[in-house]
Amino acid sequence: MSTLKILVIDDEPGIRSGISRILRNFRVDYPFMEEAFDFVVQEASTGEAGIELIETDKPDILLLDNKLPGIQGVEVLEYIRKKQMNIIVVMITSYASLELAVKATSDGAYDFIPKPFTPQELKSSIENITKRVFLKKMTNKLQETGKQIRFQFLSVLSHELKAPLNSIEGYLQMIRERQAGPQLESYDYMVDRMLERIKGMRTLILDLLDLTKVTSGKGTRDIREINLVDIAHTAIDTMRPYSIQKDIKLNLHGNDVVKVMADNEEMEIIFNNLISNAIKYNREGGTVDCTISEDGSCVEILVEDTGIGINPEDLNKIFDDFVRIKSEKTRNITGSGLGLAIVKKLIDTYKGTIEVTSQPDIGSKFKVKLPIDKPCS
Amino acid sequence: MTTKKTILIVDDDQDYLYQLKARVESFGFQTLLAESQKEAEELILKTKPDLAILDLMMENEDSGFILCYKMKKKYPEVPIIIATGVAAETGISFDINDENNRKWIKADLFLEKGIRKEKLKEEIDNLLIKMNS
Repeated sequence: MSTLKILVIDDEPGIRSGISRILRNFRVDYPFMEEAFDFVVQEASTGEAGIELIETDKPDILLLDNKLPGIQGVEVLEYIRKKQMNIIVVMITSYASLELAVKATSDGAYDFIPKPFTPQELKSSIENITKRVFLKKMTNKLQETGKQIRFQFLSVLSHELKAPLNSIEGYLQMIRERQAGPQLESYDYMVDRMLERIKGMRTLILDLLDLTKVTSGKGTRDIREINLVDIAHTAIDTMRPYSIQKDIKLNLHGNDVVKVMADNEEMEIIFNNLISNAIKYNREGGTVDCTISEDGSCVEILVEDTGIGINPEDLNKIFDDFVRIKSEKTRNITGSGLGLAIVKKLIDTYKGTIEVTSQPDIGSKFKVKLPIDKPCS
Repeated sequence: MTTKKTILIVDDDQDYLYQLKARVESFGFQTLLAESQKEAEELILKTKPDLAILDLMMENEDSGFILCYKMKKKYPEVPIIIATGVAAETGISFDINDENNRKWIKADLFLEKGIRKEKLKEEIDNLLIKMNS
């Protein structure tokens, strides 16, 4: 239960006590709201007294009469607006001054209640305001979590960027201090490790560039009819040297032409990531099978490998930013932890889907579905 | 002749592990290495080090704390240093001297990863002396 504070500024004591009475046992409770609201009412008979109360004990809702003995209601409204206070103001006004009420609304009053009003009229107005307060709270909360996610991303990113720098710096210091003595082989190892870390950092930077492309909007997106099979060929050719090193067979199955409306570069990013993962996490002498087919209104891309697989408990994490599954089997595999996150975000923008099934030590299967025409954003 | 003291180092960054090993050995200690919380847990079943230096974020964000907790349960007298880069990056800082933190973080000392080697040696020596006194 949350309690909202209401302040009534009106010079008529009957109105003030009436409002207090009506709202004393009033509750607002909707199924869609997580909490119920009740109210406490404070009263002031002049604008001056009201402002004093606003300063000492800020209300959530202000019920404000315009015709007051000293300063007028609109002046109180003006005061609140100038100070940018987060108070919802409802003007209480007689029908005669309806025009004024409309003006007050354009000056920042949320609503007005014409005098005289019935208890029901007052209650329904308060009900509406409560809904609004609730929704505002919700959006604030959402924005905060949005900020939270960005903050987390940046702190993990800085960790990922600093780790290789620290490692390289450490080796350079060891070399400068000749810590390994006269044994040149130890220095070779250090240089190799430094080169490896630099390579990892380069991958991270390239992946980050892809990621900013995905998340920074679609300014450069060029949607046209393209043949996915061509793109798969290009990706496979790019990965060929890498697969030869690990003695992995790369196979492409399906028709020669499977067309889809999409951005060429984005589809390349998807294929490159899925196929390079299938090689990276494969065993030596394994295979990677890529199948592209049409399935009604969708195209389906299947990338299967014969690699180390993914443990069931890790399956739901792999599409998150910077997630790398750490285990004995993956310790010598480098990556930024962004590849699948990028792939997932891209596929989402096409209103497509990506699913993964996997068996540890047998292999993983990634299935992507994309709508054939009309990408969605 | 005095036997060399053994220092357990746990870190999932193989380069940091290599470098810290070289450094700690240059101080005259023996080292025992593990690349994950899990590996370390298996190691301490059989071996009792004289001191441990643990990375904070390994398999999980709090692997270091968990490992620390388990080690203190098994070997309450073995001093533990948690080495982390986390404070500088996230603004999160743990004050080990704070009463509340001491209760749940059982480590004896927190160190920033970029620490100078003289300082590292000094801290290790201090903890070992404290343990023997």
